[in-house]
Amino acid sequence: MELSGWGRYPRVDAQVAFPTDATACARAVTASQTIARGLGRAYGDSALADDVVAMCGLDRFHAFDTETGLLSCDAGVSLDEILTLLVPRGWFLPVTPGTRFVTVGGAIASDVHGKNHHVDGTFGDHVVAIDLLLGNGEVVRIGPDAQPDLFHATCGGMGLTGMILSATIRMRKIRSSLIRETTVKARDLDAILAAFETHGSATYSAAWIDCLARGKSLGRSLLMLGEHADEGPLAPRTKPPRAVPFDMPSGLLNRATGKAFNALFYARGPSTVRTRTIPYEPHFHPLDGLAEWNRLYGRQGFVQYQFVLPSAEGLRRILETIAMSGQGAFLAVLKKFGRANRNLLSFPTEGYTLALDFKAAPAVFALLDLLDRAVLDLGGRIYLAKDARMSEAMFKASYPNWQAFQEVRARHHAIGRFASHQSKRLGLS
Amino acid sequence: MTRIAIIGATSGIAEHCARLWAGRGHDLTLVGRDTARLDAVADDLKVRSPVSAIDTLVASDFLDPQAVDMIVGALCAERPVDIALIAHGTLPDQQACQNDGALAADTMLVNGVSPALFAEAFARHMVPVDRGTIAIIGSVAGDRGRKANYVYGAAKGLVDRYAQGMQHRLANTNVRVVLAKPGPTATAMTAALQTKGQRMASPADVAKRIVAAIDRGSPVVYAPALWAVIMAVVRLLPRPIFHKLNI
Ligand SMILES: Cc1cc2nc3c(=O)[nH]c(=O)nc-3n(C[C@H](O)[C@H](O)[C@H](O)COP(=O)(O)OP(=O)(O)OC[C@H]3O[C@@H](n4cnc5c(N)ncnc54)[C@H](O)[C@@H]3O)c2cc1C
Ligand SMILES: NC(=O)c1ccc[n+]([C@@H]2O[C@H](COP(=O)([O-])OP(=O)(O)OC[C@H]3O[C@@H](n4cnc5c(N)ncnc54)[C@H](OP(=O)(O)O)[C@@H]3O)[C@@H](O)[C@H]2O)c1
Repeated sequence: MELSGWGRYPRVDAQVAFPTDATACARAVTASQTIARGLGRAYGDSALADDVVAMCGLDRFHAFDTETGLLSCDAGVSLDEILTLLVPRGWFLPVTPGTRFVTVGGAIASDVHGKNHHVDGTFGDHVVAIDLLLGNGEVVRIGPDAQPDLFHATCGGMGLTGMILSATIRMRKIRSSLIRETTVKARDLDAILAAFETHGSATYSAAWIDCLARGKSLGRSLLMLGEHADEGPLAPRTKPPRAVPFDMPSGLLNRATGKAFNALFYARGPSTVRTRTIPYEPHFHPLDGLAEWNRLYGRQGFVQYQFVLPSAEGLRRILETIAMSGQGAFLAVLKKFGRANRNLLSFPTEGYTLALDFKAAPAVFALLDLLDRAVLDLGGRIYLAKDARMSEAMFKASYPNWQAFQEVRARHHAIGRFASHQSKRLGLS
Repeated sequence: MTRIAIIGATSGIAEHCARLWAGRGHDLTLVGRDTARLDAVADDLKVRSPVSAIDTLVASDFLDPQAVDMIVGALCAERPVDIALIAHGTLPDQQACQNDGALAADTMLVNGVSPALFAEAFARHMVPVDRGTIAIIGSVAGDRGRKANYVYGAAKGLVDRYAQGMQHRLANTNVRVVLAKPGPTATAMTAALQTKGQRMASPADVAKRIVAAIDRGSPVVYAPALWAVIMAVVRLLPRPIFHKLNI
């Protein structure tokens, strides 16, 4: 059947297995070279291969300890299901990406980050144990202190060390499902960089940045800060998302997001636009209200370009290039990361990360090749969960631990068993 | 406090029914043949609903009438369960059944005779107290014999007639008999068909319809609903046309 990542580029034909338990997973793994797939929210070709194992059928909870907040569940359980179940009991995810429609397995394999990376690190930093199915059919329980080499390769390892069958994660206690959100206006790049410093102790922070603004306004942004409210209800998500009925011509999303941004940005008032207490969904998962919004980019699909730079220097240069090209989406997300962890292929490193959508077109790919060179020169790199096109050379130069990663894979029967179109493109055979 | 027993509780469709019932805080007893698989289902339900009592009962023989009576007797020892969901089934390759009489016999026994025995055993406990619901999962395959799956379909047809007869007999009582007829659904049973790219309903959606039908006590429920229309057409197609179809 035809498969693609969230960006709907590239699309490939794949044979997909649908196991519902570990035994069936093991059968699929030993039968052919495969890659695991969660909810397909990685944008590019990370979860694409000729043979794919869909993990969503492994969707059981195993245990939840109300004393310690430790949750054990199958890898195919989604973050949405976890929130729906545990928010009413006063528990929240330690880290959530910008969509809750990802699986626990996918969150670990991409070692995902959220708006609290600068204080709480990545998803993998809150994983206590993983049951991993190896290429030889064996299942091992790994953790920070149990086969740590394999654990640090698996968190962020893009499914290339084995199939995550289940995991134990440490949840965070909350008193309310509401978020106290403060929006800060920043007129240009210097202002937003300063705002990140000023608000460095906020639990959640990320900025919408206007990528079309040039000259004096280059980098103008809205910084969104969030804290869990101390009071209020513990309400699960209730509203089902509305779906985009068919493939839309691209540009629609630009108009919608542009309007919302401008309304806030040009609202009169001092630098703090507003503080409000809102449900957690619009703060963390603003796009989840619209199911299948990726169809707004039309049939040709799109790519998301997300890079991190160790310093703000160079950010200006890249923003100027993007603004001049006129190719990118109106809005990008800018965030300041905290320190990197020990996971071999984990994306976040200390510095600034920017994520921006481009429709998949030849002119865009040329531009992105240019940006790659700039990112590499500036000591940065690209997020594998968003990537559909970077070169092997770019990857190997910017992820210096790739060899150590391959050594772990070789020791644990992964080479030749687990491969995605991405891993082949990046020379991780 | 509602008590529910599920026969074949490791079935994907039944498990999703159980999740809905656990979400309401009901108590569940899960019956199946494999301890580890049953425990995995039970552990999940316990996390979903800490207030529910979730028990398991391992049984090895679903075909022997005496064994069936013992299982149901144990489930209804204190008082009859409020709802019994009979869900087990197996879908082997049709051609394999044609070539292997033992496999064909087993398929017809597991999918046809066994559910009927369970339904009747529950009725023996429910009728005297004049309350309870017996729900059986049949299949759209039972509506008309087709070359693609008639061994399985014949057994599901048996279940259909059996449920019909019980409904007729119990029409003036407070015991309800509900027959669910799912269309193709994404569970372990259809994993190979999913790989071939066949479109399937999600077990969660199918379960939602089944549980709602049990709430209402509807005699027959197709899931998803569209299958009621499709099967009405399939049943009515004149033989010459039907025989030209490759279904
Ligand atoms: C709207 C949107 C917002 C996002 N925001 C963020 C964000 O803020 N921060 C962030 O970090 N990411 C973000 N992402 C990316 C997303 O979190 C990651 O791509 C995540 O990995 C997707 O999980 P999935 O279950 O959909 O996995 P898939 O996309 O199906 O797979 C992703 C990778 O995980 C591997 N994998 C999946 N399941 C398993 C398993 N059981 N065992 C082993 N490997 C497995 C796959 O092989 C693949 O390499 C966002 C994506 C979208 C669409
Ligand atoms: N999936 C569909 O497309 C579909 C369509 C129409 C009707 N149905 C019917 O829906 C019901 C549930 O099926 P499902 O889709 O949920 O399939 P499933 O997940 O494969 O479950 C099948 C269940 O039947 C049990 N079982 C199989 N053979 C058995 C035997 N010989 N003795 C006792 N138990 C046995 C299994 O127990 P173990 O775990 O011990 O193996 C399991 O609990 C079945 O009656 C099926 O015929 C399914």
